[in-house]
Amino acid sequence: MYFHGIRSEFKMKHMNIFKRVFQFYYQGFKSMTWGKQAWAVILVKLFVMFFVLKLFFFPNKLNTEFTTDQERSSHVIDNLTNIQTDNK
Amino acid sequence: MIETLDLSTVDWSRAQFALTAMYHWLFVPLTLGITFLLAIMETIYYKTGNEKWKKATIFWMKLFGINFAIGVSTGIILEFEFGTNWSNYSWFVGDIFGAPLAIEGMLAFFMESTFIAVMFFGWNKVSKGYHLAATWLTAIGANLSALWILIANAWMQNPVGMQFNPDTARNEMVNFWEVALSPMAANKVVHTIGSGLVTGSIFILGISCWFLLRKREIGFAKRSILVASIFGLISSLFLAATGDGSGQMVAKHQPMKFAAMEGLYRGQEGAPLVAFGVLSPDKVNNHTTREEDKFAFKIEVPKAGSVLAFHDADAYVPGVYDILDGVPERGMLSTTEKIERGRTAILTLKEYKTAKRSKNKEEAEALRAKFMSKSFQEDYFKYFGYGYFNKPEDIIPNVPITFYSFHIMVALGGFFIVLFGLALFLSLKGQITKYKWFYYISLLSLPLVYVAGEAGWVVAEVGRQPWVIQDLMPTVAAVTNIDSSAVVVTFCLFAIVFTFLLIAEIMIMVKQIKIGPKQ
Repeated sequence: MYFHGIRSEFKMKHMNIFKRVFQFYYQGFKSMTWGKQAWAVILVKLFVMFFVLKLFFFPNKLNTEFTTDQERSSHVIDNLTNIQTDNK
Repeated sequence: MIETLDLSTVDWSRAQFALTAMYHWLFVPLTLGITFLLAIMETIYYKTGNEKWKKATIFWMKLFGINFAIGVSTGIILEFEFGTNWSNYSWFVGDIFGAPLAIEGMLAFFMESTFIAVMFFGWNKVSKGYHLAATWLTAIGANLSALWILIANAWMQNPVGMQFNPDTARNEMVNFWEVALSPMAANKVVHTIGSGLVTGSIFILGISCWFLLRKREIGFAKRSILVASIFGLISSLFLAATGDGSGQMVAKHQPMKFAAMEGLYRGQEGAPLVAFGVLSPDKVNNHTTREEDKFAFKIEVPKAGSVLAFHDADAYVPGVYDILDGVPERGMLSTTEKIERGRTAILTLKEYKTAKRSKNKEEAEALRAKFMSKSFQEDYFKYFGYGYFNKPEDIIPNVPITFYSFHIMVALGGFFIVLFGLALFLSLKGQITKYKWFYYISLLSLPLVYVAGEAGWVVAEVGRQPWVIQDLMPTVAAVTNIDSSAVVVTFCLFAIVFTFLLIAEIMIMVKQIKIGPKQ
């Protein structure tokens, strides 16, 4: 057990920086005792936000309907100079 | 092409944005404030080596972690809404919003998320000093994140450091520092961060009092209350001072909002401040007779309105009707005149667009030169947004909502100063465990601090209506012409998702609070 500990420490010290960073996060998340419910909520939230809401309900209007900045400008100028509201 | 905007699209888009922003703000202030309290507690642990402070730091860090994890990225929804519901606005603000938000993403968010990992996972893995530095940097990073979005918001309240380009229909930043360091931005940043610091302090005070009420973790609760009361008292006094600065900024740049905050319909020198008042619903929406007293009941403090607005007891503060009708002797244009000038600016832009499209180069160049001239910018473009209104009364915000929200915020702000003062006094006298009523008041303050924060944003955002960008773009011109039913659907979806998130946060947090710091 003692030698195993020394070996792990030796391994950690000689790991490259990316592996060490990964291990740091991996061990951190693994040892969280209170985070399981929070993580479940986070994953559901991110899924709903980015895969449901963003994809199906929130297209970027100007990016999807026009291909160039010139077209976008032209459209917005038309909007800004022609808007009439129902309360007139 | 003449577009006809369905006003229900405007209203639903506003409601959706308000819902999202208000839910987002339930998570943000605790993150802003509690991180500094964690850093202070850990600093005491670092200095004294007393493990009890480490235990306290870890417990509050856990609650911060839950709030951060569930609240993180709820603000991204607002950016989705910009692209879908507010496309005219998104394009119009262009670089002004792009630069601060890009800096926020690159600098603050990465700084915050890197050091937050060290803060949570680094106990016993990095040195005590390095861990402490990570905790402080998390606090600074979290608040830097808020800084950039608040600068962007301040620009909307007082657009400076930009130039509108009639070819691209975008505002282009000409002076980054004027945008970033405008007095409006500086005040908004410190006042908003101050409210976060108070929220963090009340959170710790309230939950510590719950432990005392349950006769659990007495030593831990006393230590936490001492730190929270000192930090909370300083923060709440700071909040009051920055609130005073914000009041001056509003009076200077958004006089209509200031008049609405005070329910002031006819201005005067040495204007009073309504300390407590009930607006008469019948009178508030009746502008035909220009009746100036809209209150059913009020208690006024003489001259305090002028002091709040300009730090001068005899200063002139305009009321709603002065802004509508104009005060020529004070150089104030009437709103009718501003509407005419705004229409001239819109018409000139339209003529320029037509000349360009019909390839009438000479006329286009002349119109562009006219549009960009200093005199046209100052005399006409400055009132561009007014051109969308039909009558002066269209520029009056919802006075009752603004008035009551402002007074609730100020009253609660004053109450928190007293609460922290009392908590500190009882802590220093060693009598904090003596008075049960104090525990209940502190616990009750927990929802109240969120009410105060939300009320502050209601004052800022409802009070500035009908503008999304002060004087340049009204809400009605900012919105995308989409079917309102689509906005209704996403409004309902958000209401469900955010309510679920809030319930989840409260449940997880309550569970961890019940477990307490021992585990």
